[in-house]
Amino acid sequence: MARRSIAIYGKGGIGKSTTTQNTVAALAEAGKKIMVVGCDPKADSTRLLLGGLAQKTVLDTLRDEGGDEVDLNEILRPGYGNVQCTESGGPEPGVGCAGRGIITSINLLEQLGAYDQELDYVFYDVLGDVVCGGFAMPIREGKAKEIYIVCSGEMMAMYAANNISKGVVKFAQAGGVRLGGIICNSRKVDNEQEMIEEFAKRLGTQMIHFVPRNNDVQRAEINRKTVIEWNPACEQADEYRALARAIDNNQKFVVPTPLPMDDLEKLLIDFGLVDGVAPGTEVVA
Amino acid sequence: MSVDPRVLKEEILQIYPKKLRQKRSDSIVINEHREDGTVPEIKANVRSNPGIITQRGCTYAGCKGVVIGPSRDILSLVHGPIGCSFYAWLTRRNQTRPESPEAQNFINYCLSTDMQEENIVFGGEKKLKEAVREAFHLFHPKAIAIFSTCPVGLIGDDVHAVAREMKAELGINIFGFSCEGYRGVSQSAGHHIANNGLFKHIIGNDETPHPEKFKVNLLGEYNIGGDGFVLEDILSRCGIKQISTFSGNSTYDTMANSHTADLNLVMCHRSINYVAEMMEKRFGIPWMKVNFIGATATAKSLRRIGEYFEDDGLKARIEEVIAEEMAKVEAVQAVVKSRCQGKTAMLFVGGSRAHHYQQLFTEIGMKTVVAGYEFGHRDDYEGRKVLPGLKVDADSKNIEEIDVVPDPERYRPRRTPEQIAKLEAKTEMEFRDYVGMMPEMDSDAMVIDDISHYETERILEAYRPDIFCAGIKEKFGVQKMGIPCKQLHSYDYGGPYAGFAGAINFFNDIDRLVNMKIWRYATPPWQPPTQQPEQVAAD
Repeated sequence: MARRSIAIYGKGGIGKSTTTQNTVAALAEAGKKIMVVGCDPKADSTRLLLGGLAQKTVLDTLRDEGGDEVDLNEILRPGYGNVQCTESGGPEPGVGCAGRGIITSINLLEQLGAYDQELDYVFYDVLGDVVCGGFAMPIREGKAKEIYIVCSGEMMAMYAANNISKGVVKFAQAGGVRLGGIICNSRKVDNEQEMIEEFAKRLGTQMIHFVPRNNDVQRAEINRKTVIEWNPACEQADEYRALARAIDNNQKFVVPTPLPMDDLEKLLIDFGLVDGVAPGTEVVA
Repeated sequence: MSVDPRVLKEEILQIYPKKLRQKRSDSIVINEHREDGTVPEIKANVRSNPGIITQRGCTYAGCKGVVIGPSRDILSLVHGPIGCSFYAWLTRRNQTRPESPEAQNFINYCLSTDMQEENIVFGGEKKLKEAVREAFHLFHPKAIAIFSTCPVGLIGDDVHAVAREMKAELGINIFGFSCEGYRGVSQSAGHHIANNGLFKHIIGNDETPHPEKFKVNLLGEYNIGGDGFVLEDILSRCGIKQISTFSGNSTYDTMANSHTADLNLVMCHRSINYVAEMMEKRFGIPWMKVNFIGATATAKSLRRIGEYFEDDGLKARIEEVIAEEMAKVEAVQAVVKSRCQGKTAMLFVGGSRAHHYQQLFTEIGMKTVVAGYEFGHRDDYEGRKVLPGLKVDADSKNIEEIDVVPDPERYRPRRTPEQIAKLEAKTEMEFRDYVGMMPEMDSDAMVIDDISHYETERILEAYRPDIFCAGIKEKFGVQKMGIPCKQLHSYDYGGPYAGFAGAINFFNDIDRLVNMKIWRYATPPWQPPTQQPEQVAAD
């Protein structure tokens, strides 16, 4: 099987890192060889896979030791299921250029041969929205070929997903990147599943899985574990296994069709999200 | 050889796509003197066009390279990658003459934070602070100026906060400039930013009084090839005390003390008019445009200074100096003119130079057929009378306009409005005014703003001028066409060209260039051999 390179995007705080790590854990459990590249200056994309083990980031290492001195073993650590974990890291908030940091970091990983090992999957967990060229790095130059967007039925999460789709369109025209689907990470919004299914359809893609809200995720996180590792028998573990299977079997890769703002707002109204507003009333965002 | 500039303009424009054709059409103007005293409007100070090789420099070049750099004891520290520093290092031949061999002179140094990728990712403020401390401990300067290059603006390093912190820590004057290269249309934005910095951080810091009766500052004189030395000599022989220039051969102290002068003389209008205006508003010092390029222009400017101070002794000394100098000039001028009369020139440089140097050519009988500025604005072409009608575009809004009010203690109007009006009526002096280039050029002369290499080649082919004046970027392409090119940024290896002694130098240099037979034997590398005789016949 050819290696698949996947980037996970979504609004900040939507649960990208948690979803990615649980999905990766399920894939690893199924015997897949995987590397996770955290592309968030907060460097918390691999915490659950590494059991909270403090990971020295690529950029910190580069800064302390210089480009020629970095040893791959320092920045690439095996975690649950022998998943190879690395964190790009970045500057403290309000300083420097984190986007450039991501570019530097991925280039260094390539130079050091992180991608030379036998891998079924490379996952990129990317901060927030596509904010600038640096954060688009994983989908630029074909680093990642498949994009999944984590979303919920909350308005701002859908706005973000729509914006990210615009970024995907831009890079899809220049390279081979495609949208693989929307992962709905439920916030228990009314009609959430139906609305996201419809939203995904309008984007030209699919809702690849609906992940229900379950406090077991929190419990596992407190223990610095994915649910797969913390309690393999729990219901939520099966949800992530189902998501992992859906991704593994996915055949539907598209150039998305982002919605005009009006259509997106209408979608929210049609599914009754905006309380007290009768369908058909104009809503100004 | 007769060229119809209107036909030539249409031919030049033909190659452009529609939108660009319209834009360039507004920047290529055939001069005319209208009955109402106006000249045609020219589109200037607008963005250069993609795909066209422009003469222009960047905002950082204007701020660091042009305005602040020539001052010798302000330590210039460039915050950015090393290339930005190296290429801004001593490229304009600004000369300086320290008071003594021990006196501080940093003009031949090139200091840079040498930003690396790591500084881009993690921010460069820490490295900048270290660099400021290191520079301070090595040189112990009175002042350090920090210049921002493009990446500094992109990653958001706060050079002003670093400057404030370092000023408190080291106890010397330290100030930063947000002069990132991309901030303006051309280097002109950098001049304005530099002017604001001079005004906020230096001018007025030193109250040392001067006993001399006639005190002036010379603004927009950068002492290229020693121009400033010549002018200071003339002024002092006339009995005029030059407090400071901005900024050739200047020091931190002379600029800090410059508000004690009674008159500001503006040479390069574009690069320094902001300081002149702000000093008048805060301190009450009137300013007037002068031109010390060309012997008759120099004499005229000196006489205006005499009129301003209304002192018979001063006027008499000025006349003595003019008489003595003009005799020397005229001797050379007559000989050179006999060989240059009727020849033609083109000038594409600066925001005043392409205007000023026409005077020198006129004095030896040469005509300027086409001219233009790299970074001038409409007022540099058409005169300051167009200023009220200029619309502020997005690019200009990028640059801070300082709101200047009279200084509560130090505002002292040197002349009352009545005195100014009387002076203006009595002589042809105008205060706070610049007549601009076009009113002093012939009708039917071509005026081209921000000329491209393509347009340069076309006008050279059409006019085959005897000399082309521009900078290093144009020089060799022009010379390969068999036309000598004189650099008016650096003066090549020549100069000084200002004042009377400078005029003599210029006449001799131009004589040598336009009458050198070698140019007619130069075969452009791209010219098929069969065309050679035609080319020789062309002149």
